[in-house]
Amino acid sequence: MTEATRTGQMLAADGTPLKRSLQRALRAQKLRALMLIAPLLLFIMVTFVAPIADMLFRSVENQIVSDTLPRTAQAIRDWDHNSGEPPSDDVLAAFTIDMIAAVERKQHTRLGTRLNYEQNGLSSLFRKTGRGVGDIGETYRDQFAALDPAWTDPGTWIALFADPSWQADHDAWEAARTAARSAGRPFAEPVPPFRLKDGMAGVLPETADAYLDFARAVQGNRNGDPAARAPWPPVYLALYRDLTAVGVGRIATLDEAAQALLDPAHYAVRGFERADLAALYAGIDRAWSQTTVWATIQTFSARYTPGYFLTAVDLKQTPDGITSQPADQKIYIMLFERTLVMSLTIMGACVLLGYPIAFLLANLPMRTSNLLLILVLLPFWTSLLVRTSAWKVLLQQQGVINDILVWIGIVDNAGRLILINNQTGTIIAMTHILLPFMILPLYSVMKTIPPSYVRAAKSLGATNWTAFWRVYFPQSVPGIGAGCILVFILAIGYYITPELVGGTSGTFISNRIAYHISSSLNWGLAAALGTILLGVVLALYWTYDRLVGIDKVNLG
Amino acid sequence: MTAATDNGFVVFDRVQKSYDGETLVVKDLNLSIGKGEFLTMLGPSGSGKTTCLMMLAGFETATHGEILLDGKPINNIPPHKRGIGMVFQNYALFPHMTVAENLAFPLEVRKFGKSEREEKVQRALEMVQMGAFGGRRPAQLSGGQQQRIALARALVFEPDLVLMDEPLGALDKQLREHMQFEITRLAHNLGITTVYVTHDQTEALTMSDRVAVFNDGRIQQLDAPDVLYEQPVNSFVAQFIGENNTLMGTVKEIENGVALVELDDGEVIDAKPVNVKKPGDRTLVSIRPERVEINKDRLSPNAHLIHAEVLEFIYMGDIYRTRLRVAGNEDFVIKTRNAPDQRRMKPGEHIEIGWLPEDCRALDAPA
Repeated sequence: MTEATRTGQMLAADGTPLKRSLQRALRAQKLRALMLIAPLLLFIMVTFVAPIADMLFRSVENQIVSDTLPRTAQAIRDWDHNSGEPPSDDVLAAFTIDMIAAVERKQHTRLGTRLNYEQNGLSSLFRKTGRGVGDIGETYRDQFAALDPAWTDPGTWIALFADPSWQADHDAWEAARTAARSAGRPFAEPVPPFRLKDGMAGVLPETADAYLDFARAVQGNRNGDPAARAPWPPVYLALYRDLTAVGVGRIATLDEAAQALLDPAHYAVRGFERADLAALYAGIDRAWSQTTVWATIQTFSARYTPGYFLTAVDLKQTPDGITSQPADQKIYIMLFERTLVMSLTIMGACVLLGYPIAFLLANLPMRTSNLLLILVLLPFWTSLLVRTSAWKVLLQQQGVINDILVWIGIVDNAGRLILINNQTGTIIAMTHILLPFMILPLYSVMKTIPPSYVRAAKSLGATNWTAFWRVYFPQSVPGIGAGCILVFILAIGYYITPELVGGTSGTFISNRIAYHISSSLNWGLAAALGTILLGVVLALYWTYDRLVGIDKVNLG
Repeated sequence: MTAATDNGFVVFDRVQKSYDGETLVVKDLNLSIGKGEFLTMLGPSGSGKTTCLMMLAGFETATHGEILLDGKPINNIPPHKRGIGMVFQNYALFPHMTVAENLAFPLEVRKFGKSEREEKVQRALEMVQMGAFGGRRPAQLSGGQQQRIALARALVFEPDLVLMDEPLGALDKQLREHMQFEITRLAHNLGITTVYVTHDQTEALTMSDRVAVFNDGRIQQLDAPDVLYEQPVNSFVAQFIGENNTLMGTVKEIENGVALVELDDGEVIDAKPVNVKKPGDRTLVSIRPERVEINKDRLSPNAHLIHAEVLEFIYMGDIYRTRLRVAGNEDFVIKTRNAPDQRRMKPGEHIEIGWLPEDCRALDAPA
C-alpha cells in the first residue's frame, strides 16, 4: 500500500489521514441530518426531557430548609438531639434571625409545609412562630433605646453599617425622589442595592449579617427603603450578643462616630437584663422546648435528602437513622405490589384473550381479516373516557351485566356481584382498553409465519396440537413478548381508568402520584414515587432485552 | 372402479376439486402410480398440479372421487396419519430448531426412543452429506444445504411415499442440476415412491420415470420422458415440452401412416398423423429443431424438401442455433451440432431443409 505511512495509518489522495478525511466528508451529512431533526429534538428537550429531569431532581432536592434557615442549619449541626436538652442560645439566636427574615420574605409557611411532610404539626407551628418571632429581642431594643435613643433611629444603623458609597448613592436617589415629588412626577426608581460597610463583619459579625439580611429583605419586599425603617427587634438581639463577645480593641478599629456610639453600649451591655430565649420560644409554643422539632430541622437541613425515597418505600428518616414507618402509614410498598400484580394479571388476560384473536386474524382470508382488524382498532377511535365510563354503566351493581346475570338466574338479586370500584373493575376495564396493544404486535408477527411450517409439521406426523405447540407457537413468541412488554409498561403507569373504576382497592401507584402532585402538593414524594416506577420499568425492560432481545420486538 | 385403480400404490380415481363451487381446478383425474416410481407432475401454474399434490398430502380434500394409498382410501385420514414425507417449496425448516432437532421432529412425534432417534438423524444427515451440520440453525445454511436438510427430514421417518412441491425453485442453475441428480439417486437407492411437482420441464425430463403433463385441470399426457418428448400426443404437450417448431396446414391425405400436409403457403410436407383423423382437418405440424435436416444425403430420396431463408445465426458453443423463415414462420429454429464438417450459415442464405416423416408430427390445431 503506497498510501499507508510508516505508522500504518491510511492516507487519502491529498495526504490527510483517511479517517479524518472520511469524518470531514460525513460531517456535512450528519449536520444536515441533525438540522432536520432539530425542531423535534428541541421540542422534546423543552417539553419532555427537561420537565422529567426537573421532576426527578425534585425527589432528592431539599434546598428549602438550608436556604430559608441558613444560620440555623449551620449552628444546629453540632447539637446532640439525644441530650434531651433543646439547642443552645446560639442556635436559638440564629433561628430567630432566620425566621424573621423568612417572615419578611413570606417563606416560613412554605418551609412549614415542607417540614410537615416529615412531622405532622410543623406547618401550624411555623405559622404561629412566624407571628411571634418579631417580639424576640424587644427586651434588648428597649434597653438599647434607654441607653441612647439614637439606637431606634434608622439613620444611626445606616451610618453604622452602610457602605459610604451606598450612602452617597442613596442620598442621590432620595434627592431625585424629592425633586420628582415636588414636580408632581411619578417616581419608580428602585432604592440602590444595599452594601455593607467594610470591616463591620469583623467587629460585629452577627449584627452585620442580620442587618444585611434585614436591608435586603426590606428592599426585596415591595421595594422598601432600609434607611426609613428601624431594624427588626431580633437585630438588637444580635447586637447584644456581639457586644458581649467583642473586645474593646476591635471597636477601636472603627471610625470615631461608630466608636462614640458603640463604646458606651459595649460598656452597658454587661448590665443588661438577659432575655431567656428558650423561655420565649416555649412561650410561643411548647413544642419548641422539646427536642423533636429541633431534631427534625437538624435531620432535614442537608441540601439533598433521601427522605422522599425512603417515604416512598415505607421507610422514614429520623434523627437516629432509618426506621420503618408505623404500620398504619405503610401504603407505598403495598401499592407498588398491587400495581405490579394487577399489571401482570392484565397482561396475562390480554395474552389469553388476544392470542386466539390474533391467530384468527392472521389465518383468515384478507377480506374477512381486514374487517375484524377494524373491529379490533375501533376502540382506538373512541375516547378513553367514554370507554371507561361505558364500563361503569356495564359493571355497576344495578348495571347491565348484573341485570342479565340476575335475569338468567345465575346470580340472586340480593347477591349481585360487585364488579366495579374494586380490583375486578380495574382489571376488566384495563384488559379491554389494552387488548389492541397485545393483538397488533401478535398479529404482525403471526402474519409473517408461513402456513407451510404447520403443514410441514403435520406432514411429518404431528397432530394439530403438536404442530401448533411445537412449531407455530415458538415462532409467535416474539409477538407475545412485544405485546406483553407494551401492555405491561402501559398498565403499570395507567392512571385514568383505575381512578374511575378502581375505587379504593383498585387504584395504582400512579393514582397516588397524581394525588401528591395535585392535592397534597408533596411534589418531592411524587417525584420519588415516579422515579421508582421509572426504575422498575427500565429494569424490566432491561431484563426483557437480556432474555428475549429487544430487537425481536416487532410492532408491525 | 376403473382399471387404473387395480394395482397402483397411489391411485387417483375420478378425482375432482373445486374451491369456489363454480369452476373445477382438477377435472376428472385418473392416475395410478406404481411402487418405487418417480412420477413428476408438470404443468404451467394454475394447471392443477399442486392441488393434486395437496390432496394427496391431505391439506386439501377432493370434491369428488377417491384417492387410494396402498389400496386404502385416504380421503378421511388427516395429514399426520398418512405417513407421507413432504418437501416444501421454501423448505419449511423450523427456524427455531437446529438441523438435528428438525430431523428429530418426525421421530419424536412418532415416539421413537432417544438413541434410535439420534442414530436415524445422523444416518439421514449422512445420506445427504450434511453429517457435520446437525447443530446449526437453518438460517445459518445456504439454500442448497437447506434443501438437503428438507429432503433428509422428509425421508428420516422412512415413508413409503415422498411428495416434493417445486423443491428446487429457489436454487441457482448449477446447484439445481446437481440436486436433481442427487434427489433421483436417493429416490432410486431407497426405493421410495416419489411424486414431484414442477413447472420446469428439464427437471421433469431428467428426473422422472414418468411425467404427467397437466393443463387446464387434466392430464394431457402421461408417459416416460423420451416418449413425451419425441411423441407428444397433442399440440399442448408438443409446445410445452422442449423447443418446438410449428407450422399450420391442412391434411391432404393419410396413407400408410404418413399424412400429406399442405402448409398455409402451399408447400407440401410429409408428417406422421397423431391426432388428425381425416383429410381436410386443420393441423399443427411440429418438428423438433434438432430433427430438422439440412444435409440431403441423410434423407430418403423421395422425401419432401422445403425452402428456407436464414434470418439469424447464433453460436452457442456446443451447438449452432439458426433461425429460419419457413413457410411464412419466422421463428423456425434449427439446431446443429458444432462438428468439424458443419457449415456456419449466413443470414440471407437460401437453403433447403427436410426431415424424416416420423419426426414431423401432425397434431390437432389449437382453437
